[in-house]
Amino acid sequence: MNERRVISVIVLNESSVLARVTALFAGRGYNIESLTVAPIPNSEMSHITIATNGSAKVMEQITKQLHKLIPVYKVIEHEEMVEKEMVLAKFPITEHLSDIGALCAAYNGGIVNVGKEMIIAMVADEPLRIQHFIEAADRYNPYEMVRSGVVAIER
Amino acid sequence: MQMSGAQMVCEAIIAEGVKTVFGYPGGAIMHVYDEIYKQEGFEHILNRHEQASVHAADGYARATGEVGVAMVTSGPGFTNAVTGLATAYMDSIPMVVISGQVPLALIGTDGFQEIDAVGISRPCTKHNFLVRSLEELPRVLKEAFYIARSGRPGPVLVDIPKDITVDIGEFVYPDSVDIPTYKPTYKGNKKQIEKAVEAMKKAKKPLLYIGGGVVLSDASDLVRELALKTQMPAVETLMARGVLGAKNPLLLGMLGMHGNYASNMAMSETDLVISLGARFDDRVTGKLSEFAKYADIIHVDIDAANIGKLVDVDYPIVGDVSEVLEAMLPQLDGIDTDRFQAWREILKRYDELHPQSYVDSDEVIKPQWAIERIGELVGENAIITSDVGQHQMWAAQHYPFDRPRQWINSGGLGTMGFGFPAALGAKKAFPDKTVINVTGDGSILMNMQELVTAAEYKIPVINLILNNHFLGMVRQWQTFFYEKRYSETDLTFQPNWKALAEACGGIGYDVTTKEEFDAAVKDAIAQDKVCFMNVAVNRFEDVLPMVPSGGALFNMMLPQKGEK
Repeated sequence: MNERRVISVIVLNESSVLARVTALFAGRGYNIESLTVAPIPNSEMSHITIATNGSAKVMEQITKQLHKLIPVYKVIEHEEMVEKEMVLAKFPITEHLSDIGALCAAYNGGIVNVGKEMIIAMVADEPLRIQHFIEAADRYNPYEMVRSGVVAIER
Repeated sequence: MQMSGAQMVCEAIIAEGVKTVFGYPGGAIMHVYDEIYKQEGFEHILNRHEQASVHAADGYARATGEVGVAMVTSGPGFTNAVTGLATAYMDSIPMVVISGQVPLALIGTDGFQEIDAVGISRPCTKHNFLVRSLEELPRVLKEAFYIARSGRPGPVLVDIPKDITVDIGEFVYPDSVDIPTYKPTYKGNKKQIEKAVEAMKKAKKPLLYIGGGVVLSDASDLVRELALKTQMPAVETLMARGVLGAKNPLLLGMLGMHGNYASNMAMSETDLVISLGARFDDRVTGKLSEFAKYADIIHVDIDAANIGKLVDVDYPIVGDVSEVLEAMLPQLDGIDTDRFQAWREILKRYDELHPQSYVDSDEVIKPQWAIERIGELVGENAIITSDVGQHQMWAAQHYPFDRPRQWINSGGLGTMGFGFPAALGAKKAFPDKTVINVTGDGSILMNMQELVTAAEYKIPVINLILNNHFLGMVRQWQTFFYEKRYSETDLTFQPNWKALAEACGGIGYDVTTKEEFDAAVKDAIAQDKVCFMNVAVNRFEDVLPMVPSGGALFNMMLPQKGEK
């Protein structure tokens, strides 16, 4: 019974801390679906958000093993997380600007840059809706799409 | 006080009370060695291979319970130390390894003897540091020792770029450590302990399952008290031999792949497992779905991640086993010990049915006999180390261990070549004790260069080579599971052991009879020199009982019934 889960890890913001976290996942055979990391404002800590999957037993082990790492301050594995993910997408200038704008608006975003050759759009939404956006955007022949990975906060 | 980084390293080692450091110099660590030359606070032993230095520090730590220290240079010096780190990591041994690194400015340039030491050692250390400035060096050293010995102990690597060892700065060794992200749990949860005690009182067939954590926590006296008070039968893991003492009537023996019949049957039939500092290793449990199938499980462990990792636990208690037992023991006052009488009787019958036995011989020395005989000859006063393989299992099965830290072996990683250098470390810590490395003709060659170290520093350890001209444990598996295809395990070609030992400044014995055996052991103890005792043993002796890998614990291959 593999379940998708989002884990927040609060770590000391010191060198190689991210390597410790990812090496733990690799070494013990856990999956990383996405991973984001950034410093927490006005602190010595960083916030790592990891989307992963596994059985309840695996989740328990991931949480405990993460907690064992010396620079890990806190591990939050919560059922009710508010999750958001961002996507940047690049479309040909020949596509309909207004259509793309309307699509992005439906997913909390909009057009952020228009150049001679292309249109760059941004959306930010829940992971499932991001999936829908990507499917919908496909018909506008995107050159490229970049996903940010999930950030999450406990409810 | 103003001093160089190299001096700070020495000062920290002295401040931590370390009396012996094992190591090997090289380019990146030379400034530290220059300071070692000048100081008198600790002794340095020059092993002849970095791996041996780390195992020796490990043996020192296992024998004393204190932090062992090894020192190596960058690049190959460090990579040679990795097996030693991994060995200590798997058995939770407190150790600090200090490695040199290329100067800060050269890091990342593929400099001479540069390797990413913290990257390589990340999965086989409890924690590691790459020191990035002289200012942080005193704090890092303090934290390294603290992390190594606190909580669930383990090895810590401190990688120091060469220029930092030259730089001069202010040295104040911190009195205390404050790592906000690292707070080990020592005290067990009170409610959980109460619940566990209730379960112990209600059980009909309880079993104490004693692991290496009891040794690490120095909780053996408390465990003995627990057994005495409750009259519950007990089994020990490989790492816990000596905790209860061989003469303890409640001790059934060692359990697991090469556990004795009564121990494995006890685990298979118990209704309450009281796990103390053990981690349900696959060599202990056999097939998990059949393991302790009828039992509730109390699991006391300082490492929360061990609890529920392999088996589901009914009474989890995160804490130091000493502190948990101190809280638990008074609550067990007046426990009805008669309750377990029927259970003890059953187990006694199991032991009579299939005792730990072997068939002795007058023609050839049986390895089990050699172990028992050593036990009779040196017994309590000896520290026994071992390498890995059949000899290790025979030692664990047949030696009459009667105190913790008397038995030193690589249980988790199973490192051949561990025993000899570990014996050097143990002997440095306890010069008055006879230290014997029980080894095989395969394992001993993996760190035989330590003959030179032992001879130079006059560290008289006895290497008891149970020589069957095979890589015996692999040969045993080939006999059982590979239709006797002895692929690359035949060691018929052998060195001249006696000459080899003598060439390095030790002494050698070739032993083929029981009389020669006794004479050689007595002589070796009297000689006070490192020795190789080459004992020709029965070639095709198997370690039994044996639970085939992945099989249920109660399905054992049993020995023929013998007189012993």
